[in-house]
Amino acid sequence: MTTLSSSLSLAVPELMMAIGAMALLMFGVFRGDKSTSMVSWLSVLLFIFVGLNILGQPGERMTAFSDGFVIDPFSQFVKVLILTGSGLALIMSMDFLKAERIARFEYPVLVVLATLGMFMMVSANDLISLYMGIELQSLALYVLAAFNRDSQRSTEAGLKYFVLGALSSGLLLYGCSLIYGFTGTTNFDTLREILVPGEWSLGVIIGVVFVAAGLAFKVSAVPFHMWTPDVYEGAPTPITALFAAAPKIAAMALFVRVMMWPLSGELGNIAPEWQQIIMLISVLSMVVGAFAAIGQTNFKRLMAYSSIGHMGYVLMGLAAGSVEGVQGVLIYLTVYLFMTVGVFACILSMKRKEGMVEEISELSGLAKNQPILAMALLILMFSLAGIPPLAGFFGKFYVILAAVKAGLVPLAVIGVLASVVGAYYYLRIVKIMYFDDPAEPFIQPMAGEMRVILGVSSVFVVLFAVFAFPLMSATSYVTQSLF
Amino acid sequence: MIIQAIAFYMLSTVAVAAGFMVIASRNPVHSVLFLILAFFNAAGLFVLLGAEFLAMILVVVYVGAVAVLFLFVVMMLDVDFVDLRKGALQHMQLGTLIGVIFFIELIFLIATVNVTPEVSAQGAFPIPGPDERSNIAALGDILYTDYIYLFQASGLILLVAMIGAIVLTLRTREGVKRQVIADQVNRRREEGVELIPVKPGEGIKGT
Repeated sequence: MTTLSSSLSLAVPELMMAIGAMALLMFGVFRGDKSTSMVSWLSVLLFIFVGLNILGQPGERMTAFSDGFVIDPFSQFVKVLILTGSGLALIMSMDFLKAERIARFEYPVLVVLATLGMFMMVSANDLISLYMGIELQSLALYVLAAFNRDSQRSTEAGLKYFVLGALSSGLLLYGCSLIYGFTGTTNFDTLREILVPGEWSLGVIIGVVFVAAGLAFKVSAVPFHMWTPDVYEGAPTPITALFAAAPKIAAMALFVRVMMWPLSGELGNIAPEWQQIIMLISVLSMVVGAFAAIGQTNFKRLMAYSSIGHMGYVLMGLAAGSVEGVQGVLIYLTVYLFMTVGVFACILSMKRKEGMVEEISELSGLAKNQPILAMALLILMFSLAGIPPLAGFFGKFYVILAAVKAGLVPLAVIGVLASVVGAYYYLRIVKIMYFDDPAEPFIQPMAGEMRVILGVSSVFVVLFAVFAFPLMSATSYVTQSLF
Repeated sequence: MIIQAIAFYMLSTVAVAAGFMVIASRNPVHSVLFLILAFFNAAGLFVLLGAEFLAMILVVVYVGAVAVLFLFVVMMLDVDFVDLRKGALQHMQLGTLIGVIFFIELIFLIATVNVTPEVSAQGAFPIPGPDERSNIAALGDILYTDYIYLFQASGLILLVAMIGAIVLTLRTREGVKRQVIADQVNRRREEGVELIPVKPGEGIKGT
């Protein structure tokens, strides 16, 4: 039994986030909406301090709060990714919020609270703490989706996200209650001891199916993806940038932990019961993501389908269930984070006098108006399509390699074919930018922070081969903590 | 023993009957009153189980707050419940079918239950009997010691809900006159009172 003080000392990053969020809230309440950018920068500062604290945590598996909370290198790695995603989305939001006249100090506070929810998801070691984390994160995100409350689309996005999210929480809870009913425990460590892969009782299988459905909703895997395009299109763009990066990473990390820790035996002895579910949703996500994106004209909708497809690839790594597979998941998520943030920095720069534009056709002839922006977007599109030697290629390479090693050759073949189909719509954007007649130029110059973010993500994508080695060794170390 | 059995059957019969009347009665106010009856009987069942604290909480929270809130909503909102019920009747057959399917599935599920003794001994935090530790103390152990993390997390979730409600609905309206207490307190006698010498028989001219 751990004492409270030792538990608290393991949860210092979470405590910093919670207390920081409340302090920022009080600051905002007293200073009013004019303090929004101040609160935003303070939140970014908070993220930096929390990130440093996470890097300073001991690199071994430790549990706290009656084993409901766990820190291990896996959770630390993912938390740093989440902080990066949330922080960059927050930085990208500031100009947009001011321009749209929705700059309110609650925005950064809600982002901090959502990030805290993601932390709790990643550190969950119990079905109840899993659910609490998901709810804290989702509730903050529902509000953020509807943040532009005078816009009908934003309100609709928030409402749709809320109703479908509540439904998925219901599925998840039903599954949790079945697992609890048939095993007598909600703790992940105990579940790992009790559940022998291949010998589950029927009730546990049904429970796991429901839990997997609830989690698949959170990572927007097909067939639980219906909300994604509408929410991405309706929500204010920087919030879409947040949705596309950090919560996806958190939910995927949670998915990996639930499948690889409580529902697997020692030494990667994964349960065939869940492997087939993951394979199915992985294939469906890759295929639907590739084909449904072809007809899209709105850039944000396109990114929604693109993210569905990418989640399919990440799930392929999980379906492999091996050390290489989980390592592939982490590499893919890292690469996906930088690519997504870069593309959204481009979308947020598509600004005319009359306001923001989101149609793909507006990009036509961008290469003549803004050659550098066009070049950066070209690099990101090539990387999303998975063309070597860019980062996106390595992401796909590692998960497909893991799938082949685990004997899932058909899955790998479908993945390769889907990426060929997906390349079509990414390259179509490149064609529109480089070979179509120039449209009216966007407002120049781009905001400074957009330029920095776009520059960093493009450089990361281009020079990924250089970062690949340290990232490989880091992820291979991190992955060990799950086996 | 026999008294306990009688009490159990009486309380549970009334609870089930009241539950049925909640959805069957035509007047929504009657529905809420039956709901309160059902809550009271459920509280009685808790007392029979030896969970007296839960019983009191059920009465205080559900009867005292939730049911009264329902009554307010039912009385203040002009909802036409007859219309709503018409819609429900239209989908009666489909609803019954789905309910029956779920019921059969549940029976199949329960029939396959195979809880081994090791599994049933796995309770995460075994609860001591009422003679060892009082109700409130046992609940406090779980809420504030074992699950303190989750307790705090739910507090944060409620905080988010509050922020969300304020963000999405609070509007500062133009042209609304508000009371500013500081201004009222700072008002001095000289600003509000004027002494006018009034000559007899002339009254006050112009103010």
